[in-house]
Amino acid sequence: MARILIENAVKKFGDFVAVDNVNLEIEDQEFVVLLGPSGCGKTTLLRAVAGLGMLDDGRILIGERDVTYLPPRDRDISMVFQSYAIFPHMKVYDNIAFGLRMQKAPKKIIEERVAEVAELLHIETMLDRYPSQMSGGQRQRIAVARALAVESKVLLMDEPLSNLDALLRLEMRAELKTLLARLATTTIYVTHDQIEALSMGDRIAVMKNGRILQYDHPTRVYDRPAHHFVGGFIGNPPMNFLPALVEKHEGKLTARIGTFRITPEAMLNSALQAYEGKQVIMGIRAENMEALSIPADDALEVEVMVLEPLGAQNLLTIHVGQETLKVSTHPDFTAKMGQKIWLRFPSSKIRWMDKDSGRAIVPDLEKVMA
Amino acid sequence: MAATQPITAYQMRRYTIRTAIYVVLAVFLLMFIVPVYLVVITSLKDPATINLATTWNLPEKPFWESYAQVFQAFSGRLQNSAALVIGATIFSSVLGSINGYVLAKWRIPGEKFFFPLIIFGMFIPYQAILIPLFEFMRDINLYGGIPGLIVIHTVYGLPITTLIFRNFYVDIPDEMLESAAIDGANFFRMYTQIVFPLSLPGFVVVIIWQFTQIWNEFLFAVTMTNADSQPITVGLAQLAGGEAVKWNLPMAGAIVAALPPLLVYIVLGRYFIRGLLAGSIKG
Repeated sequence: MARILIENAVKKFGDFVAVDNVNLEIEDQEFVVLLGPSGCGKTTLLRAVAGLGMLDDGRILIGERDVTYLPPRDRDISMVFQSYAIFPHMKVYDNIAFGLRMQKAPKKIIEERVAEVAELLHIETMLDRYPSQMSGGQRQRIAVARALAVESKVLLMDEPLSNLDALLRLEMRAELKTLLARLATTTIYVTHDQIEALSMGDRIAVMKNGRILQYDHPTRVYDRPAHHFVGGFIGNPPMNFLPALVEKHEGKLTARIGTFRITPEAMLNSALQAYEGKQVIMGIRAENMEALSIPADDALEVEVMVLEPLGAQNLLTIHVGQETLKVSTHPDFTAKMGQKIWLRFPSSKIRWMDKDSGRAIVPDLEKVMA
Repeated sequence: MAATQPITAYQMRRYTIRTAIYVVLAVFLLMFIVPVYLVVITSLKDPATINLATTWNLPEKPFWESYAQVFQAFSGRLQNSAALVIGATIFSSVLGSINGYVLAKWRIPGEKFFFPLIIFGMFIPYQAILIPLFEFMRDINLYGGIPGLIVIHTVYGLPITTLIFRNFYVDIPDEMLESAAIDGANFFRMYTQIVFPLSLPGFVVVIIWQFTQIWNEFLFAVTMTNADSQPITVGLAQLAGGEAVKWNLPMAGAIVAALPPLLVYIVLGRYFIRGLLAGSIKG
């Protein structure tokens, strides 16, 4: 059993705060992805869990053990590095056996384990080779095999796929996912690739400037981003954002874009009341808008700038005031450049956000219940 | 087809430059070879036949006697030099390697101060410390023997060996050592299992360098030893001493004395260039 608990973690480099008071709880055998742009502190946080950089404050628990001040070898972890970090002077076999040898495991056990993980990663025929005689994808497999051979409770992976070419990355992504699902390890996986995060993680922690902005299941992170940044960082195209003014209109709380009014979901009313007369940000994903070629009362009239047929969908680029919207439609929907179309915004798909803090405006549960 | 085409001005210029380069190289080659030629032929001449008029001539028949005499004159000194050079080279390269590893991969307080201080040792001339060194070696009872000379050359070699190894180790990725640390390797294991095997080309550079330096060194060899512990350079100087010099002996002696470093270079040389280039070229 190895639950990981990170409490109030702080890591500074000089004046720069790389990890800023992070709390994270990872369940036993869970696959958690740390996602964020470069410099967001995700690798620093992972290295702190590995013991490769002491925290300046806070603590880290693996299982029931406080490992904050333990050296890496006493933490019962293994790690796959971005550069693979395999030893060039050792044969593949010796690379995989390295950790077990350091633990002084009996020779017979070493042989069994190496054979086992080599088979899992399909490199059993290459054990006699040197890493320099192998391709990038195969080296990547050695690095994973070496990490798995020690059967540690926690597996840490730092952008393991980022050095592979696109096709190989796709292949390894699926393979790693099935492989890790079979093993009883708790995994922390660092990446800046949002597709990788969405496709692999049980849960995703989206980081920016040393803080975790959202920690949730991939579908919820995608559909209900907790922060302006999360919506913009995840998804291709990213979430669309439009400024809107919160106003009372005919007794109802509405958000006005130009002259067009949207009525937010009723359960948000109490939370939105505080924003009456103020600007908020409306976030909506490209595939959640409905494009119509004929006018409708509840649809906003817009002009098509660009239409890109992408096979499974058509991607429209549209200007609304100063803002640009990306709308994805069924491939049958066609429109010419400069043509007027009408957009419908289903209120259940809209994420309202505070303009200053960027945080999503969520229903005040207590008031809804009352 | 190409042969029938006229030679362009560009090609013409290239040929001229080429030819000029080869001529210059040939002149330099001659300058290097002439002394070697003289040493070899003189060492094989009967001393009675050596005179200025026939300096450049080949010996009429090889006179091997000089080599027998040289080996007799060097008896004991060859062994002294061998013990000295092997001992001092091993100590200075191993200690330099550990120094370099620590300085390249570990953060130690004051390293910005200590590293230049170590390198500074490279620039202290032997003569400047001769008298204090003499007194110090006498005080610790190591004066006059090969062990004392080994200590001196080990310490004097540390700055350059530390520098070479540190620069070599800077190129070993940190992640490789971190990965070893996570897998359970301690400081010592990381050195023996990862750093040392990866630095064999570095060792070749350092061994060739130290071997040559220590083998050829004369000042400490003549001042810090007594009659029984003199290395080969002292023996060579004595062959050339006296008034009526028999030129065949110092020549043969020079060849005998020069062979071991040459042999080391021939055996390890193919790794030498690779080691010198390590870091500048990614593998």
